[in-house]
Amino acid sequence: MNTDRPIRLQTENVGVFYGSKDAVRNVNVSFRSNTVNALIGPSGCGKTTFLRAINRMHELTPNTRVTGKIMLDGQDVYGSDVDPVDVRRRIGMVFQKPNPFPTMSIYDNVVAGLRLAGEKSKVKLDETVERSLRGAALWDEVKDRLKAVGSSLSGGQQQRLCIARALAVEPEILLMDEPTSALDPQSTQRIEDLMESLKQQTTIIIVTHNMQQASRVSDTTSFFLIGDLVEHGATEAVFQTPKDERTEAYITGRFG
Amino acid sequence: MVTRASQNIQVGISKTLSPARRAQNALAMVLVALGTLLVLVPLFLILKDLFVKGFSSLNLQFFTQSQSEITFLGSAGGFLNAIVGSVMMLAVALVIGVIIGIGTAIFLTEYREHRLVPSVRLMGDVLTGMPAIVVGLVIYGLVVRGLGFGYSGIAGGLSLGLIMIPVIVRATEEVLKLVPQTLREAGLALGLPRWKVIMNIVLPTARSGIITGVILAVARVSGEAAPLIFTAFGNSFLTWDPTQKMSGLPLAVYRSAFEPSEAAVARAWSGALVLVLAILVASLVARFAARKR
Ligand SMILES: Nc1ncnc2c1ncn2[C@@H]1O[C@H](COP(=O)(O)OP(=O)(O)OP(=O)(O)O)[C@@H](O)[C@H]1O
Ligand SMILES: [Mg+2]
Repeated sequence: MNTDRPIRLQTENVGVFYGSKDAVRNVNVSFRSNTVNALIGPSGCGKTTFLRAINRMHELTPNTRVTGKIMLDGQDVYGSDVDPVDVRRRIGMVFQKPNPFPTMSIYDNVVAGLRLAGEKSKVKLDETVERSLRGAALWDEVKDRLKAVGSSLSGGQQQRLCIARALAVEPEILLMDEPTSALDPQSTQRIEDLMESLKQQTTIIIVTHNMQQASRVSDTTSFFLIGDLVEHGATEAVFQTPKDERTEAYITGRFG
Repeated sequence: MVTRASQNIQVGISKTLSPARRAQNALAMVLVALGTLLVLVPLFLILKDLFVKGFSSLNLQFFTQSQSEITFLGSAGGFLNAIVGSVMMLAVALVIGVIIGIGTAIFLTEYREHRLVPSVRLMGDVLTGMPAIVVGLVIYGLVVRGLGFGYSGIAGGLSLGLIMIPVIVRATEEVLKLVPQTLREAGLALGLPRWKVIMNIVLPTARSGIITGVILAVARVSGEAAPLIFTAFGNSFLTWDPTQKMSGLPLAVYRSAFEPSEAAVARAWSGALVLVLAILVASLVARFAARKR
């Protein structure tokens, strides 16, 4: 499990409540630097909920509460002196549903984060657009219409645009919620390659329903079931010698 | 192809529907049509009267001369003073209404969790229910007398702006609520502060809806005469200086309509027509601009 790498993100007893309903309970897990980490589990088990706790996305939803600690490089992202804006600048996110900015062109979508943070250099922006779109396996399809609106793209293209947008700000940690569920095998392959190369600079946490994908791309796998983290470990171990029989049942397709 | 398909559907429906339900359907259609007619007929009657009477006495000097130039026999003179006054006061109102109105709507929808939101919303509701003439009196007390501005275009514009605020707030709130939450999340996830997300992502997305709301608000206040009586007072001379007394189209129409002179009454009709046409043209232009993004 690349145990030589330092721990980048560690959760301590993390729970998430929607009103009085707890959707995620007592999650203790750590993710090492420069690794890809898969979150798997049946629909509705709390993968998205857990992911959104990491970059403080729940704060926007009224009556939603996160308990426990999420330590990023040893500092709790929910600490009283921590600005959520800083947390989100360091922890990027690709959402389950594509959400390009409808008023912006493809180009402007990609550089939105940089430009609104004050970057003005045209050279730098141009360079970022190409690099991010290439990384998201979208460049060849859109390079001739960068000025077209982002919402004119197909669903799968929009998802890749959102991936490019997240890449453009070079986050230290990248949260990806089923990034390839709307993509064809070829683009999926390119995104998986991207994750492999992104590992050089970032730590990736990816939610996926695709068992092959989890075993192909990830170093660790966490299996969730109705709000509980059932098993976490090196991907090989989780897939070949699962400790919990529920994990085994799920990955062999017997339920979920 | 398409017509064939829809014919088939229609045939299908009329075959499967029982006679009783078809009769009910026909009855509902007649009632709906009657209701529409009931609304449209008075509107057309008013417009017809307005166009016939308004156009017959409309001439160039209506736009080039002021009421101060009206001769004893009523042959010369026009409403230039009132047109300029309306434009000036609406400009003041627009600035007030847009800044405070959109600002308030942003506060109410984007900062929903803030503890002052309920009180601000209550204030907005009070303002919505306040009759225009009362708004005029409030400005009279606060600005004309209180701050010592005296009767002025500024005071008139302020009162119109105050009436605009709740209209703009309501409309802007509605469109801001339509902006998907996922867009705000996308912006925040890029590490952008909330205000930047609002200014650069939420507002542009809601842009055309907000513009429509502002137009509605302008249309709503541009016909107000009552609040101008205590604030702008009226002025038959042409002035561009908003610290002076000013007239506005509705005010000039209102006063001329009661004058014992046929020429004055005719001018009032023309004024009303110009007012209606101006609102129409302004909304068409702005709507077109909003659509072009
Ligand atoms: N805003 C919300 N308010 C109340 N309950 C919610 C909310 N969002 C999610 N839930 C509930 O929390 C649980 C976990 O949802 P979550 O979206 O995290 O599942 P998931 O594992 O991501 O599922 P999927 O694989 O289908 O995306 C579900 O039971 C869901 O109904
Ligand atoms: Mg999910």
